[in-house]
Amino acid sequence: MNFRRAFFLLPLVLFLVLAAYFWRGLSPDYDPQTLPSAMIDKPEPVFSLATLGNSGALTTDDMKGQVVLVNFFASWCVPCREEHATLMQFARDNAVPLYGIAYKDKPADAAKFLQSLGDPYKRVGLDESGRTGIDFGVYGVPETYAIDRQGRIRWRHVGPLDANAVAKELNPLLRELGAS
Amino acid sequence: MIIELGHFSIILALCVAVMQSGFSLEGARRNEWNMMAAGRMAALAQFVLIALAFATLVHAYVTSDFSVLNVAQNSHTDKPLLYQLSGVWGNHEGSMVLWVLILSLYGAAVSWFGNSMPPRLCARVIGVMGLIGIGFLLFILLTSNPFLRLDPAPANGEGLNPILQDPGLAFHPPFLYLGYVGNAVSFAFAVAALIEGRVDAAWARWVRPWTLASWCCLTLGISMGSWWAYYTLGWGGWWFWDPVENASLMPWLASTALIHSAIVVERRDTLKSWAVLLAILTFSLSLVGTFLVRSGVLTSVHAFALDPKRGVFILLLLLITIGGSLTLYAWRAPRLEPGGVFAPVSREGALLLNNLILASCAATVFIGTLYPLFLDAVGGPKLSVGYPFFNRTFVPLMIPLLIAIAVGPMLAWKRGDLLGALQRLWAAFAVAIVVILILFYVTSGGPVLAVLGLGLATWVGMGALVELTERLRIFRSPWRETWRRALNYPRSSYGMTIAHFGMAVTVAGLAASAFEQERIQMLHVGQEETIAGYVLRFDSIGKRDGENYTADAAEFTLLKGGQVVAELKPERRFFPLQQQTVAKTAIHTNLVSDFYLALGDPDNQGGWAVRAYWKPLVPFIWIGGVFMAFGGAVSLSDRRWRVGVAARRMVKGALPAGGGSA
Amino acid sequence: MRRVLAWGLLLALLAAPGAGAVEPGEMLSNTVLEARAQAIGKELRCLVCQNESIEDSGADLAHDLRVLLRQRLAAGDTDQQAIQYIVDRYGDFVLLKPPVEPATWVLWFSPFAILILGGAGIWLYLRRRGTGMVSGDRPLTPEEQRELDRLLHEDQ
Repeated sequence: MNFRRAFFLLPLVLFLVLAAYFWRGLSPDYDPQTLPSAMIDKPEPVFSLATLGNSGALTTDDMKGQVVLVNFFASWCVPCREEHATLMQFARDNAVPLYGIAYKDKPADAAKFLQSLGDPYKRVGLDESGRTGIDFGVYGVPETYAIDRQGRIRWRHVGPLDANAVAKELNPLLRELGAS
Repeated sequence: MIIELGHFSIILALCVAVMQSGFSLEGARRNEWNMMAAGRMAALAQFVLIALAFATLVHAYVTSDFSVLNVAQNSHTDKPLLYQLSGVWGNHEGSMVLWVLILSLYGAAVSWFGNSMPPRLCARVIGVMGLIGIGFLLFILLTSNPFLRLDPAPANGEGLNPILQDPGLAFHPPFLYLGYVGNAVSFAFAVAALIEGRVDAAWARWVRPWTLASWCCLTLGISMGSWWAYYTLGWGGWWFWDPVENASLMPWLASTALIHSAIVVERRDTLKSWAVLLAILTFSLSLVGTFLVRSGVLTSVHAFALDPKRGVFILLLLLITIGGSLTLYAWRAPRLEPGGVFAPVSREGALLLNNLILASCAATVFIGTLYPLFLDAVGGPKLSVGYPFFNRTFVPLMIPLLIAIAVGPMLAWKRGDLLGALQRLWAAFAVAIVVILILFYVTSGGPVLAVLGLGLATWVGMGALVELTERLRIFRSPWRETWRRALNYPRSSYGMTIAHFGMAVTVAGLAASAFEQERIQMLHVGQEETIAGYVLRFDSIGKRDGENYTADAAEFTLLKGGQVVAELKPERRFFPLQQQTVAKTAIHTNLVSDFYLALGDPDNQGGWAVRAYWKPLVPFIWIGGVFMAFGGAVSLSDRRWRVGVAARRMVKGALPAGGGSA
Repeated sequence: MRRVLAWGLLLALLAAPGAGAVEPGEMLSNTVLEARAQAIGKELRCLVCQNESIEDSGADLAHDLRVLLRQRLAAGDTDQQAIQYIVDRYGDFVLLKPPVEPATWVLWFSPFAILILGGAGIWLYLRRRGTGMVSGDRPLTPEEQRELDRLLHEDQ
């Protein structure tokens, strides 16, 4: 095959490469909208939030020394209702502390939400301004973060947490981090 | 009952499409007139069937038949009639029916006007278009069927997205599709030529009208889309390098390149395999655009509902259509006879430069749009490519092209005199420099690049006029001579002048956007603010009910030098069904600049956020687009292509007995 | 006071790109800082929108980021520091202009590379085919062919 022939084949070859990329783009684990967290392996942001039930402030220090989960939710968020059952189940099955942060929510609304659907959280922080959310890199609710003993963010799940994600991703991770 | 008729009609159309391709391609292979004629009849029948199906869908929408799933998902009884109608194609399934309708329309048109074409070429073109039709009809029937029923039928539907409830929806998609799908004709011509094994000047003559027609429609479609975004979105942006916008720009760039390279094939019988490749690529870009918009691979404001199953089907269509045609190209194109030679500096050279730059621009947009996907697929970081990338690459690429637009038509074929051409353009250059100097003085300290951009636009516009002046010998010959020349001057040349001038107008509008002024403030009723020499007075605010929305309606008065210039009535409309608020802007235009007003949120203390903009030359962006399309239409009306010369050429270069191809 | 503010804004905004969705209440009173904020905001992506900058979007997150950006600038951050603050939390994806790094060299350099390579390719192709000075446009007519044959055979 001489050079000239190869030249005429070039468009076809380029197209096939493109088609391969398109194929990859169609696979279910490619989601152009889901962002990987930029905070992975970075220390948890320092924050101090008022809490529901007035049990004192919720701060970063409260979470040090153990593996914890932080779940951002809101009463106005529909997918949060979906994941709530999973969270309740998780809280029953695991000893890992699950902290909730009500993102851009009025305290009364958040309280009502938890009253009607159940409260899986050890404590609930109130982030009415959303600033703590920004510090975590939250761009929507619900989002769930796993934080290790040294206070570093190790994992983020965007969107409602389902049983599948808990089994396939979260539980193995917790075992790896040395949680009970 | 009626919708089932439509459903049946589409299935029948699929069968007819099979017959269309089968008869046409086989008939061409065997050179049997009867088979080819049957293929042409089938093309006409296919159009009628799909038109019927489309009509039943429209009927379902207009009568608000919510037992039809598609209507239930996208319509509502409260919707005004115009949007009942245009809502038919405001969703994925309905728009696909529009797509195949237009495809069959073009197929029927080729069949209808194909009498003066060589029969085997005509048959092959219709055959290929039939194949494309088969693919898309299958797509509709298997994955995107709007003719399905919903049982039990809901009392009312889910309504149409409020942003789409605008006259723009009535016009923008149809014109866009007339453009996209029209590229299928050029594609079919290219494939037909490859099958036949020859590309010659006659082929270029047959192709150009179809390419030009779809280019005109695409130009208008894109201009309309841009204008629609401008007056809808509340801050006057008109191009966002959004993936779906890019998906329409790429075929436009390729199509523009194709028109220009077809000129070279026609006049000089050269650059043939490149023109054929370009015709294939133009439609391929249309198809890739369809894939990007409907498969969920990219995120966009405009993207239809995402469904990977559809994406797989479209990808399959892409593989067969594009992969097939490029394979055919790789196999047959090397056998095409090379044509006339020419010096690098010549009209052919200029057109080649045009193609090079347009192809580079299209490649840039392509790479930029798909880069996040590429990077992710090779395991790289997740990045986004936004407008800063495109502005920094696309714009510099276009600059040499804009400079060349004025020079190219002044060069002779085969061997041009660059220096002579530049000398003859002294007037254009002089005016451009004067404009730049004046603007620098007036806007001292302002954006430099915008001033240069306006100078460039002047160069292009004046260059087009200088070229026309020279051809018609204005100022050089007596008026009678000029008048005689003007009457005999070919329309395609007038078309070129108009279209190039339109380009200048658009570039001027784009460049001047840097001089825009804005004022964003809270205002109370009775207050005034000044902007760009105007005084804007907030007169009143009240509530108004529309057919399916409630609105906060404000009234403003625009004054200049104490005189009332306009009354502006922006609104904020709330659609209870979708729980969405949409701004309705108020624009006062004098076709040279726009005064743009949008109403924002209230502060609940009687104040309202008011966004006012003065946008100089922004109407030029779309007026230029209309000029370009008009120039294309004028060119299209040139009788030389339709009968007569083309027919004579055909006789001269008649196919040898037995045909020249396998 | 409002007049002064209005004129100040006008002057500052003559040079700055337009801001789409920024609310009057968010805008800083320091016009230089506000202009900087708008310029930076135009380069930051709204993550919950499709393809809009935080300046152009009406979304809540966009609003929050606009406010945050202005607070950082008011606190004395340079443009780069303010941008880095947000990138630290959201990653490079939040930048509408992809950074020029090895992963994006192909992206940034391909437009001009394609232009230059294409141009070079065309130039070479044209050179190889000749400029039309030597080879004729059309094949020889039968008479010319006979004449040529006659001349050629004459020498033998």
